[in-house]
Amino acid sequence: MEKTSLNINIKEEQKKAQEAIKKQGLRVLVCAGTGCVANGSLKVIEKFKELGADVSILTDYDKMTIVPTGCHGFCEQGVLVIIPDKDVTYVRVKVSDVEEIYESHIRNDKPVERLLYTDPKTHEHIRKSEDINFYAKQTRTALANCGHINAECIDEAIAVRGYEALANVIEANDPDAVIAEIEKSGLRGRGGGGFPTGRKWRFTAANRGGKSYVVCNGDEGDPGAFMDRSIMEGDPHKLLEGMAIAAFAIGADEGYIYVRAEYPLAIKRLRKAIADAEERNFLGKNIMGSDFSFTLHIKEGAGAFVCGEETALIASIEGERGMPRPKPPFPANKGLFGRPTLINNVETLANVPVIMLKGADWFASMGTETSKGTKTFALTGEVNNTGLIEVPMGTTLREIVFDIGGGIRGGKKFKAVQIGGPSGGCLTEEHLDIPMDYDNLIKAGAMVGSGGLVVMAENTCIVEVARFFMNFTQHESCGKCVPCREGTKNMLKILEKIVAGKGEMSDLDLLEELAHSVKEGSLCGLGKTAPNPVLSTLKYFRDEYIAHIKDKKCPAGVCAAMKKIVIVPELCKGCTKCARTCPVGAIEGVVKQPHKINQEKCIKCEACMTNCPFRAIVLE
Amino acid sequence: MTVENHHKINTSKLDEILKSYEYKKSNLIAILQKVQEVYRYLPEDAMIYIGTKIEGLSPATVFGVATFYAQFSLEPKGKYEIKVCDGTACHVRGSMPVLNAIKNKLELKDGAMTTEDGLFSLETVSCLGACGLAPVVVINDKVYPQMTSDAISIVLDTLLKEDR
Repeated sequence: MEKTSLNINIKEEQKKAQEAIKKQGLRVLVCAGTGCVANGSLKVIEKFKELGADVSILTDYDKMTIVPTGCHGFCEQGVLVIIPDKDVTYVRVKVSDVEEIYESHIRNDKPVERLLYTDPKTHEHIRKSEDINFYAKQTRTALANCGHINAECIDEAIAVRGYEALANVIEANDPDAVIAEIEKSGLRGRGGGGFPTGRKWRFTAANRGGKSYVVCNGDEGDPGAFMDRSIMEGDPHKLLEGMAIAAFAIGADEGYIYVRAEYPLAIKRLRKAIADAEERNFLGKNIMGSDFSFTLHIKEGAGAFVCGEETALIASIEGERGMPRPKPPFPANKGLFGRPTLINNVETLANVPVIMLKGADWFASMGTETSKGTKTFALTGEVNNTGLIEVPMGTTLREIVFDIGGGIRGGKKFKAVQIGGPSGGCLTEEHLDIPMDYDNLIKAGAMVGSGGLVVMAENTCIVEVARFFMNFTQHESCGKCVPCREGTKNMLKILEKIVAGKGEMSDLDLLEELAHSVKEGSLCGLGKTAPNPVLSTLKYFRDEYIAHIKDKKCPAGVCAAMKKIVIVPELCKGCTKCARTCPVGAIEGVVKQPHKINQEKCIKCEACMTNCPFRAIVLE
Repeated sequence: MTVENHHKINTSKLDEILKSYEYKKSNLIAILQKVQEVYRYLPEDAMIYIGTKIEGLSPATVFGVATFYAQFSLEPKGKYEIKVCDGTACHVRGSMPVLNAIKNKLELKDGAMTTEDGLFSLETVSCLGACGLAPVVVINDKVYPQMTSDAISIVLDTLLKEDR
């Protein structure tokens, strides 16, 4: 294969960008991901600017530069401020702390102890992020740059080898070699299914010659997962580069990124990134002076979980109702606008540039026999450290929950994790030590899915969680297949009956029967997996279902129908705080007299319980 | 349909939107998003107009698409659009008490989701991707982290005050 000569030297560009970064002087990284923005990071940035810092657009500047970055993953500790040259990570920074950081640490080299992370077990202050357990046990590849570069500045991406892989690939001019490398790496689809990425590329590439498309699935619908959002917000160029490499490999010249409308910041950053990349000729016509052209569009979703299914997503890009279509024909042969289409998830594509740079062998050296590389997980729920993490495939649940996650909040007892969202299942104590990869999780009755990991403690009701997921999938069922449309509805009805304390033992068999019908009778992944949470909780926590049905008791004390909140008259001082707290006005009484809860009005939200200064309100 | 059209449809505005999307069928969702930005909902007349202007579409198809996606509303939304996240992480950490507190505060009864004065509308959404901050409420694109029934009440009071 003859090499293509390019009209730019990417290594030179890299050097220029790195030089420019050096001239920025002291870089102060402030997280500007959705989480930290909500915690006020934009104001923190403003305050730093007032104190004399420039905002990072690469200019000749040698003092202090504020770099608004994408998500670091440690959202709960936001706002995060990192000063790499001073080896320090500050957490929970507020506007009012900025001046102290500036005066004390930046000007006088004295770290501000009180803003350092405190280890939940040892209560020690930790200065460097590498020493914080949350980060120490991670291996970041897809998320490598998130939180370390200004996501809105293409030069910062170039400085960390952005677009180098693309340049190499175009120069080498051997699309088949690219596919072979991805195949060899063992990369599998990170969106849920785990289909080998290289094989998918090969299938689509078999139709080279005519018009074909590359589509990025950024419709991260699994409630509780936000890795794709973080990549799009924190390192959009990596995604664009991954897509361009895929397009080159399969012979496509046009692509779409389908992003959920719920992610406005991701859409904004992607638009900017596309415009910047086009200006540099990393996207668009005759990229870097070669024959290869690739035009990229953004399509905003409009709120439909089923659009994460690839054929539904195609229908949605075409402007139709997002209903799945039967396969075959597979999108690789007949996809968007009837043309061969490659659809990959955000995280999958973000792994592509680094595989091309460091090689398939490097990637395959991480992970397990059948699942290579790293996987991101959104760690949420009842753990101390919630956030976004990336670990090698095969890491155990114990390491994730107890080391990275810092254990269960408030010293509660671990009960289970729900993995893979509404399509996944739960894992219990007995699974804490199995290496997590695609195949082991399927064996355990769960799935990696997109990587949502919700930790549940003793105070989480498993039956209620199953109802929650069923409610979600029932709402999101598109209605095309009757077993899914009607089956999820009836499964939900039964679950609602059980949590309301009106269940019967025969309901459990019916639930299982329905679950199997829905699984078998549905066309797409939504229906095929919708019963999973019910089936897996029935398998591992049948006792809890039975407690709800036979004893009319919710062991976790969650299900409202089975609990009664009362005020102990002897303890109540009549301070009226509970009456003022109650969102439904269910508490009656006169000042300095014991109050009473009107059980008919009470919604059992426990707001009064948490607020009572005398602990006079209890669960009966 | 029981929806009342509070707006007279400005067809020249619709033409402008249609033109910017080249009257293309595949841009229907984007067109509807723009229209909703203008009216804060999708007026019936606007959907009929779009359905007759784009080749290959009918008002029924437009209506079909509009009712399929959760983002589209056939009723006017409030000046303040409140979205309570009920994704898994938020649910586990107590989003329902927050939702109930809002309903009570705004006196939304019998399934009504918009206040009578049109100031607030309320909806639940499945996940906003801010799971680390659960439970989360979003009001007109501003994210309010770690909400409780007390905290949201203060937020609403502030908005009410600002509006006066």
